[in-house]
Amino acid sequence: MALTFFRGLHTHSFLMYPSSFLSRKNGMLYCTMKSIRGQTETQEKSQHQLKVSTQTQSRKHDDIFKNFEAIIGIETHVQLSTLTKAFCSCPYNYGAQPNTSICPVCMGLPGALPVLSTKVIESAVKVGLALNCNLSLSSKFDRKQYFYPDLPKGYQISQFDIPIATGGYLDVDIPLEFGGGHRKFGITRVHMEEDAGKLLHTGNGSFSQVDLNRAGVPLLEIVSEPDMRTGIEAAEYAAELQRLVRYLGVSNGNMQEGSLRCDVNISIRPIGQLEFGTKVEIKNLNSFSSVSRAIDFEISRQALLHSQGQADQIVQETRLWEEGAQKTVTMRKKEGLADYRYFPEPDLPGVTLTEEYVDGIRCSLPELPEMKRRRYEGMGLNMQDVLFLTNDINVADFFDSAIAEGADVKLAANWIMGDIAAYMKNEKLSINEIQLNSHELVELISSIKGGTISGKIGKEILFELMAKGGTVKGLIKEKNLVQIADPVEIEKMVDKVLADNPKQLEQYRGGKTKLQGYFAGQIMKESKGKANPALLNKILLEKLNAKS
Amino acid sequence: MLSSAHAPRLVRFPSHCLLRPINSLHTAQSSPLPTTTAPSSQILTIRKSLLTKQTTAVDLAKSFLDRIRRTEPQLNSFLYVSPDDVVLKQAEELDNKIKNNEQLGPLAGVLVGIKDNICTSDMPSTAGSRILKNYRPPFDATAVRKLKQSGAIVVGKTNLDEFGMGSTTEGSAYQVTANPWDLSRVPGGSSGGSAAAVSARQCVVSLGSDTGGSVRQPAAFCGVVGLKPTYGRVSRYGLVAYASSLDVIGCFGSSVADAGILLHTISGYDKFDSTSSKREVPDFTSQFAGKDYLESKPLKGLRVGVICETFGDGVDPEVILSVRGAVTHLEELGCFVTEVSLPSFSLGLPAYYVLALSESSSNLSRYDGIRYGNQVLEDELNSLYGHSRAQGFGSEVKMRILMGTYALSAGYYDAYYKRAQQVRTIIRDSFKAALERNDILISPASPSVAYKIGEKKDDPLAMYAGDKMTVNVNLAGLPALVLPCGFVEGGSTVLPVGFQMIGAAFDEEKLLKVGHIFEHTLQVSSAVPPLVADELTR
Ligand SMILES: [Zn+2]
Repeated sequence: MALTFFRGLHTHSFLMYPSSFLSRKNGMLYCTMKSIRGQTETQEKSQHQLKVSTQTQSRKHDDIFKNFEAIIGIETHVQLSTLTKAFCSCPYNYGAQPNTSICPVCMGLPGALPVLSTKVIESAVKVGLALNCNLSLSSKFDRKQYFYPDLPKGYQISQFDIPIATGGYLDVDIPLEFGGGHRKFGITRVHMEEDAGKLLHTGNGSFSQVDLNRAGVPLLEIVSEPDMRTGIEAAEYAAELQRLVRYLGVSNGNMQEGSLRCDVNISIRPIGQLEFGTKVEIKNLNSFSSVSRAIDFEISRQALLHSQGQADQIVQETRLWEEGAQKTVTMRKKEGLADYRYFPEPDLPGVTLTEEYVDGIRCSLPELPEMKRRRYEGMGLNMQDVLFLTNDINVADFFDSAIAEGADVKLAANWIMGDIAAYMKNEKLSINEIQLNSHELVELISSIKGGTISGKIGKEILFELMAKGGTVKGLIKEKNLVQIADPVEIEKMVDKVLADNPKQLEQYRGGKTKLQGYFAGQIMKESKGKANPALLNKILLEKLNAKS
Repeated sequence: MLSSAHAPRLVRFPSHCLLRPINSLHTAQSSPLPTTTAPSSQILTIRKSLLTKQTTAVDLAKSFLDRIRRTEPQLNSFLYVSPDDVVLKQAEELDNKIKNNEQLGPLAGVLVGIKDNICTSDMPSTAGSRILKNYRPPFDATAVRKLKQSGAIVVGKTNLDEFGMGSTTEGSAYQVTANPWDLSRVPGGSSGGSAAAVSARQCVVSLGSDTGGSVRQPAAFCGVVGLKPTYGRVSRYGLVAYASSLDVIGCFGSSVADAGILLHTISGYDKFDSTSSKREVPDFTSQFAGKDYLESKPLKGLRVGVICETFGDGVDPEVILSVRGAVTHLEELGCFVTEVSLPSFSLGLPAYYVLALSESSSNLSRYDGIRYGNQVLEDELNSLYGHSRAQGFGSEVKMRILMGTYALSAGYYDAYYKRAQQVRTIIRDSFKAALERNDILISPASPSVAYKIGEKKDDPLAMYAGDKMTVNVNLAGLPALVLPCGFVEGGSTVLPVGFQMIGAAFDEEKLLKVGHIFEHTLQVSSAVPPLVADELTR
């Protein structure tokens, strides 16, 4: 799976075209968080469509908007990338042929019984610890009961009153382009449960089919406190969760494949009012930017109803985000509270954790995004660089091992965020998929710094290294690219070029001094790009200005 | 309870006269008497005669298939009987093994009946429900797999109350099974088919399931041995769930030894059932090898507690007399008998029904007509569910689903489910305490002997009340053994009475030991119903 480095790419875009990408009203909310796959399509789509929707709408209602405060909480389902499903030994592979990875247990056949995979508990404990939660050393599973064709047993095995982890928080750094700053969002609970299957509807709608490949795949449901106030905060919270589960290696966090699903709960209230407004749930949010845009749309919609005296039309309901139309629409109204008739799952024993087990996992946790950001900050990197480098754990690992080998922090960061990121974006490769390793980047940096090769040659070598691999030393030798820093040799080339261009020399000396660049280019060409540019210019200038 | 119109007269209990066949004591009775043979393990007898080549597995299988053919029209014990050629082919393979002196499994050549709520991959498994008509599971239940591995031949699937919900086997969607002792009476339930089949010697042993007494009560009604193991002793994988926290697979045999050997074969931890126990299974079969129990006090020092709450109102006096007789017999064998009071005993029945029905309402949600079973085609999803389930389930099952759904609903959960769980804890603790002071506890297996078909059909509360002797044991998760201990006269025939011995968790070994000695010193359990008596004693 390819990951992109959105932040980096867009950081550069920002530098080039600051206005077009910075505007939030444009809907271009590509901050740290977009995962690559949907990137291009969504980008084009949203640029195109947003002109019609949010821009006009929000400009008109900007004032109304300002008088309200949104209260936002997020329920996130994270699909765990365990080797097997939660309660049977079937593997799960996204995109497999329907009903090819099923067994009596995940089909809910009569007489089949669930047996919990211990990997699920391990992942839940990791996430619970990483979210600074209290772990329940003694928890249990419950049955959540409802009928739906994708739910083979007629109940979902979940956790109800005693979730495995409660009361934590998540640290988030908001990117500078969205105002910057650090936030702590509360985590209400983390619990384990199983996924349902999928319904496939036929073209003519005469019947539906059930694919149970996904049924029984382990999920963690992570419920946040209603601590977010804007679409950006919500999107950044979700992006940080994605980073966290990827750092922990418990999920691929892929939103397009549904490995990370966010349902947003949102209500608004006039600023200053204490009681909450009516809560609306938004589903079908397939990217971080849709999280942000759906929330902004919903805030506008609700604020508009308030301002028109129609606040009573804000009802408790589930709304669907329509990516095409860039708006939310009613999916189902809630008629009272659904009664899921939870009761303890009698087929599974209680989940008991020992302190030793938890401590063992605590000790094995990797450096998490928040710790990494604080460490990088301490190394003198600015927040923009920090956020870029920590966005993808593989990039951070690459950077860390370069630093460990003694590379200059700022130089290494610049190379990674510049040419390397650009290459990965163009080739749609992750940092693990390019041929360059961190050791060769360190070699490259020191070869340039030590004057063995020029920066220009360095770039050329870099692309060769990324595309085909090899070593810096090998390439320099093979291509005879060592920089020419011998003044005598450079002087010879200067003399030759000046002699070959008497006419231009005369013009220069006649006052057309901008011809210096022309000469420099010719000499560099003569040296096959290997001449030390500083030395070349110095000698050239001396020769040009020499009164002869 | 029996109505006075056909109340049976008590047959005198022969407790003072050990090892004498019961019919020799039976004087001046007009009704046919139960025929008895020497108490012996059919399984061990079969093994011996196969190994000594006195008989062949094929001949043996043929004799059972013949008896099924003859008796099945009257009994209807089986929902499915394996075709002759399938059974005989397995028997032939065994005979070849014997010929080649190959190792034989412990149940080689033993014909077994399997309750139809236990999954078999080569036979339909309907759980007695229309909603699973023609359903064939793709896998064998762990217990069935173990039976096959030990050389047993599965002869067919036995009738039951739909999903195990009932005490008469009248709740089957397919047929009503008759009691071999009196064809006008019920065999008990829900494992009525399995009990009747062993009683009528249609198979050697059989598997049933026991959620609230579904093995023990029919064992008592049909005069066979019924063994309900400790919860967790036998894997539930492949047992169609009724109430998961109470369900166990149990054993029927015509002797304690047979029930014990069968249990030993199917016991043990199973990685497919995380509620199965990792405790080691002791070899409690060795004690069944021919021993001399004529020493005067073979059970000397065994502490027996008689649960006084089980001898009160609502229990037939004849049943009480029979069970008291059994207690006297145990005393004569050397046991130290005391009365034990379990004040929470009467709370068991309501708590059991709340918990069992709550769990069943959830367990039966999967029968939605989507993946298997009957589907009623409808345009709208809720009608598809509604009609598939309305047509698929019988009325007793529907009532239990409704009650269970109610008990789990918001606002009622605390008053019903949660309260029942609290009662369950109290009952479990009271049994634990009583079993610390006693080795075994004694009660009748059922308040009455077998009653007439149709007698309680329209009175579910009366039927539920019949479970009061057995449900506490499921709530406490304990093992219990039901043995025949006498007969009462019922019109034209006699009807067996069973008593229940309850042991500490995972101490089936002790129950089997006591039961084995009991039946070897009192020839009742090997009594054969008149239906097949002539043939067997010829
Ligand atoms: Zn599976």
